[in-house]
Amino acid sequence: MAESKSLRVAYGEALAELGARNGKVVVLDADLSHATMTSIFAAKFPERFFNFGLAEANMMGAAAGFAHSELIPFASTFALFGTGRAYEQIRNSISYPNANVKFGLSHSGLSVGEDGASHQSIEDIALMRVLPGMTIFVPCDPIETRKAVFAAAAIDGPVYIRVARPVIDVITREETPFIPGKANIMREGTDVCIMATGLMVKDALKAAEQLAVKGISAGVVNFHTIKPLDEECILTMAAKCKAIVTVEEHSIIGGLGSAVAEVLAGRANVKFARLGIKDKFGRSGKPVDLFKAYGLTADDIEKQCLVLVQL
Amino acid sequence: MDNQVLLEKANAIRADIIEMLFRCQSGHPGGSLSCVEILIALYYKVAKVDPANPSWGQRDRIVLSKGHGCPTLYAILADKGYFPREDLWNLRQIDSHLQGHPDMRKTPGVDASTGSLGQGASVAVGLALAAKYKKAGYKVYAILGDGETQEGMVWEAAMSAAHYKLDNLVFILDHNGLQIDGSNDQVMSLGDIMAKFQAFGFECKRVDGHDIDQIASAVSALVSGKPLFVLAETIKGKGVSFMENQAGWHGKPINAEEYKVAMNELKGTQNG
Repeated sequence: MAESKSLRVAYGEALAELGARNGKVVVLDADLSHATMTSIFAAKFPERFFNFGLAEANMMGAAAGFAHSELIPFASTFALFGTGRAYEQIRNSISYPNANVKFGLSHSGLSVGEDGASHQSIEDIALMRVLPGMTIFVPCDPIETRKAVFAAAAIDGPVYIRVARPVIDVITREETPFIPGKANIMREGTDVCIMATGLMVKDALKAAEQLAVKGISAGVVNFHTIKPLDEECILTMAAKCKAIVTVEEHSIIGGLGSAVAEVLAGRANVKFARLGIKDKFGRSGKPVDLFKAYGLTADDIEKQCLVLVQL
Repeated sequence: MDNQVLLEKANAIRADIIEMLFRCQSGHPGGSLSCVEILIALYYKVAKVDPANPSWGQRDRIVLSKGHGCPTLYAILADKGYFPREDLWNLRQIDSHLQGHPDMRKTPGVDASTGSLGQGASVAVGLALAAKYKKAGYKVYAILGDGETQEGMVWEAAMSAAHYKLDNLVFILDHNGLQIDGSNDQVMSLGDIMAKFQAFGFECKRVDGHDIDQIASAVSALVSGKPLFVLAETIKGKGVSFMENQAGWHGKPINAEEYKVAMNELKGTQNG
């Protein structure tokens, strides 16, 4: 079995592997290369690594310049400062001209933990989702992170890869296909379908196990791609299951839950609930304690599924 | 191209700008008129470009970071043959490839989508850094507005240009002294802008921004190991008497009477 590792380490290793295969790949960072782990790439290809210092806006604008020069820049910093501080640079200099820029942004979500609310990006998916032409990957484990990096490089246009900080167990297989825009059904079920993304996929699987013990048939779908969203899968699950529960380490406004709701509205008759951060900021704490405090554990998912199924 | 021809060219470009902006009843006359000679110096004297092959890999890149000045860019691109001159009269209209601010995906010859101030400076840094990395010999010219330098990211871009010793990059400042709400000094003083760029590590030159020869020679004076900053002293609204040095003409529609007066002035200069 592949080893557990932090997704940012998986990201850095994948970049170095990609760099060895594709000479067009360059990497940009904003003084966080030892946190985003682009340092792994930098050590191997120092002449292809560009540090922009603490200047995310300039880094994103410059990334567009690299892309306009037929290179494939991967720009990295923390998710909050990339999608937040440099939002308008991404919007106007990258997304609008469909520049071939990739941003692997780490330390996303509540799982940043102790650094607290100022560093916990819980709105990045919402911000990126409204940009035309943007692809959004949220890998759930190290294997998927590597695949997301390679898939991003193969796409002509901007791609956001949401990278989480904690050490994560492997829950997917090397041979599992990673097709952008195609959700992976990880477990079949008929009573309720849990649609999860990123770190929440493993808890969704655990919740499904717990539900099985209680005689409830719960499916789990891994949405490694938030955009383009696999609408067909959502509508198929809505027809097949009595209920759908979405789970994400992100605000319930604008993320996976909202995206699924937009697909379901007016098109499906299914019980539906969203689990995520309920329109509030995060705070300091160990990730495990934060997930408990914000209602994002396997038990919380199980509880929500039971409520809908028993309605 | 000799200087007399270029002087006439400047007038013809100004007439095109007025014609375009009168027809669309919107857009930015003041800042378009102030950067005419800067863009003429680049497109007719300095930059290596090929209108027949707008995406020629070795071309010099020109980034109009003050994207609202795009009528000037469009008039020049049309004159150079990037697209038919008639297209100019559809500026800002639905289905026109000439957008209110430059769009590199729509208009042949536009090297960067700009309009949100400050961003072109960073895109230019990326272009110049990529050129160095690729060991390509082309140069990158970015034209900035003076109000634009109030954007913090211009200074992020400046810092990185010096850090990476981008001696293939030229920032040209269209220093007309005015912005939407008044003069630079009333709104947010730029202070000694030359000294600031110098302190950031640029080689700096000051020119009369309406003297094509001065501009051409200054932007060509790159020195090894440093980016170049050219302060072009300009007049907002240059060439149309009632628009000159008027902040109010930053983005005001031109009425029929004003159009007539402006065209008479420009055509008069052309003939005389």
